[in-house]
Amino acid sequence: MSGPSDYQPSNPALQWIERRLPIFGLIHSSFVAYPTPRNLNYWWTFGAILSFMLGMQILTGVILAMHYTPNADLAFKSVELIVRDVNYGWLLRNMHAVGASMFFVAVYVHMFRGLYYGSYKEPREVLWILGVIIYLLMMATGFMGYVLPWGQMSFWGATVITNLFSAVPYVGESIVTLLWGGYSVGNPTLNRFFSLHYLLPFVIAGVVVLHVWALHVAGQNNPDGVEPKTEKDTVPFTPHATIKDMFGVACFLLLYAWFIFYMPNYLGDADNYIPANPGVTPPHIVPEWYYLPFYAILRSIPNKLAGVVAMFGAIIILCFLPWLDSAKTRSSKYRPLAKQFFWIFVAVCILLGYLGAQPPEGIYVIAGRVLTVCYFAYFLIVLPLLARIEKPRPVPNSISDAVLAKTGSRSTPMVSTAIVLALAGSLFAGSIDSAKASEGSDTPPGNKWSFSGPFGTFDRGALQRGLKVYKEVCSSCHGLSYVAFRNLAEAGGPGYSVAQASAFASEYKVKDGPNDAGDMFERPGRPADYFPSPFPNEQAARAANGGAAPPDLSLITKARSYKRGFPWFIFDVFTQYQEQGPDYVAALLQGYEEKVPEGVTIPEGSYYNKYFPGHAIKMPKPISDGQVTYDDGSPTTVAQYAKDVTTFLMWTAEPHMEARKSLGFQVFVFLIIFVGLMYFTKKKVWADSH
Amino acid sequence: MNPDASTIAAGAPIEVDLSPIAEGQDIKMFWRGKPIYISHRTKKQIEEARAVNVASLPDPQTDEARVKSGHEQWLVVIGICTHLGCIPIAHEGSYDGFFCPCHGSVYDTSGRIRQGPAPLNLAVPPYQFVSDTKIQIG
Repeated sequence: MSGPSDYQPSNPALQWIERRLPIFGLIHSSFVAYPTPRNLNYWWTFGAILSFMLGMQILTGVILAMHYTPNADLAFKSVELIVRDVNYGWLLRNMHAVGASMFFVAVYVHMFRGLYYGSYKEPREVLWILGVIIYLLMMATGFMGYVLPWGQMSFWGATVITNLFSAVPYVGESIVTLLWGGYSVGNPTLNRFFSLHYLLPFVIAGVVVLHVWALHVAGQNNPDGVEPKTEKDTVPFTPHATIKDMFGVACFLLLYAWFIFYMPNYLGDADNYIPANPGVTPPHIVPEWYYLPFYAILRSIPNKLAGVVAMFGAIIILCFLPWLDSAKTRSSKYRPLAKQFFWIFVAVCILLGYLGAQPPEGIYVIAGRVLTVCYFAYFLIVLPLLARIEKPRPVPNSISDAVLAKTGSRSTPMVSTAIVLALAGSLFAGSIDSAKASEGSDTPPGNKWSFSGPFGTFDRGALQRGLKVYKEVCSSCHGLSYVAFRNLAEAGGPGYSVAQASAFASEYKVKDGPNDAGDMFERPGRPADYFPSPFPNEQAARAANGGAAPPDLSLITKARSYKRGFPWFIFDVFTQYQEQGPDYVAALLQGYEEKVPEGVTIPEGSYYNKYFPGHAIKMPKPISDGQVTYDDGSPTTVAQYAKDVTTFLMWTAEPHMEARKSLGFQVFVFLIIFVGLMYFTKKKVWADSH
Repeated sequence: MNPDASTIAAGAPIEVDLSPIAEGQDIKMFWRGKPIYISHRTKKQIEEARAVNVASLPDPQTDEARVKSGHEQWLVVIGICTHLGCIPIAHEGSYDGFFCPCHGSVYDTSGRIRQGPAPLNLAVPPYQFVSDTKIQIG
């Protein structure tokens, strides 16, 4: 494609527009008649997948922004209100959060494809550099997006990363103050991050237009690295590439839907369900998985400025790739040595990612340094050297020759590498959990929960009994401020009627006002009211509880987790295990021991608990056998209370879980059928061309 | 895009009354969004801080330079680890100073870095004594 096309639409109305703005000709020449190499494999569908994901993120993001409040005091709650009250808000939020991860999965595959097949080589250098610019913009956008929910990890991740800029000599401190808009990460920071997070995706879209333009000038690369010579080498983009991309997108949607509907929090951090607290640093600050390799590189270098330079250098070095690798042969398919080093490089990146989530101690530090050297050595030593000394295999004469010479399973290498990458990816993603080292606490035992698994539902009886336990035992110290009385009558919950929920609410006294005289007054609760907190503020809570504030319990089962360890966090992706929080909470409630073990000292005023990190918990044993009477004949034991109240708290943390799983099932059925249809259509379209 | 007027005003100097802080105790308070530790050091802590060979420190600084003369028992530092910004825990670590749980930096009773990846001593905010029992920070 160069120069205007001579396409004329058949419809006279469209011809009228075409004469004034030749947009149909542009679309026709770029995406319909556009000659695309006939030997492309499925690694080439990721461009379309990325475009789709950018559209998805913008669409879900714009709708989320209609309900989100970018103020430090209100942001966390506004996100919870989206998830709980906005129609399908839970779905929008899951799509956007998971979508960011999927966006990065696709971009890494896309970049590795470029690396392997030499897509950065002449004449595609500008195309490649535009891609690196898009990648940098994506990283900035993702970083700012993660700050917006204003959880503990949002706040502290923002603190750590903005502090990096203080390493710049002379102007570092001023840069950091400018980023913060204040003297520390605070409300001005959140506000400006929101503004930029809304802006940057549109800047990305603009650079993507340039990226596709640059692509169309040079033409697409292909697995054999031989430019198209005759018409026999190419097929028209529509329907061939269009249907193949649709099939690729459909398969990708299956992966996307797996996380949205069945594992929405797997790729995130439990600490981000704790509202941001500038006075308390989480024991492990871990960025999102897609930053982990660079975080590992940063921490490997003991000098602050050098670490920052190395981290950014690791990305910027990609821009120089076309000149670092001057080998004439494009595709690693015909470069046996380069191929092996490529896969070693992939392994180095994955291992760096794993290390980025580990505490920087002992062997992890040494490994990190070794792998950082390997990372840079690949670009600065290996590739330039190979360009000089490697003897590549002979490259086919043309694309059609390469296609005709093909025998046997072309798809198997793609499938097997996809499986390897999926396992590697889950190693990556699951390694975030490893950062939660079980420092001084036992691993909670697994329980059978009625709500686990793809078809899990809440046991109504357990929810009602759990509510009773909360009301009679926990509510004297712990608030439940995200739950409203009306939630008790909603579908997927304890199953009370609206009348019962109203009656339940009216038993509470709620502060309201001011009245016309200007005074605050008390009135009975209504369904729209929220469960009241036992203390008016955090200081009162601390004063009444020996200095430790009892946390609000609404989100506790999502805000707690424990280290799963290798290889369980890989299996978890496939078994959909995400009950770390409930297992921990139930274990904690039953984990009090009278006898403190040998060598363990518990300070005055604290109690020994097997499962609490550090073993010394300020809360005394909250429940004993027979403390709460059950009307339905269930055993009144501590174990039963623990199970019931934990089930109840899982519901308070995610009231729409049942809707999520049931919609997920419908979506999966649809997608599987859709994938099948796309596959057979693709086979039909391509029947003559292979 | 620099801090606006209300942010600067909220960061105006504040006065802190030191009389409730007993010897060996410390308090943590916020100023300009940053946590500030005010420690009432014991004789032992002051001696330990001064008995060090200053040249051997990663960020050489005498204890005298970090406190006000005539008020050596008061240590006022910004409780932000100079490595990557976590809040160190007071009365922890092998020097009875501060210990940062994030990456293991250890500070002494003068808030100076001794071990770990942090490059600099804990910052001392601008402050002065308006009376023997009151300081103004900022």
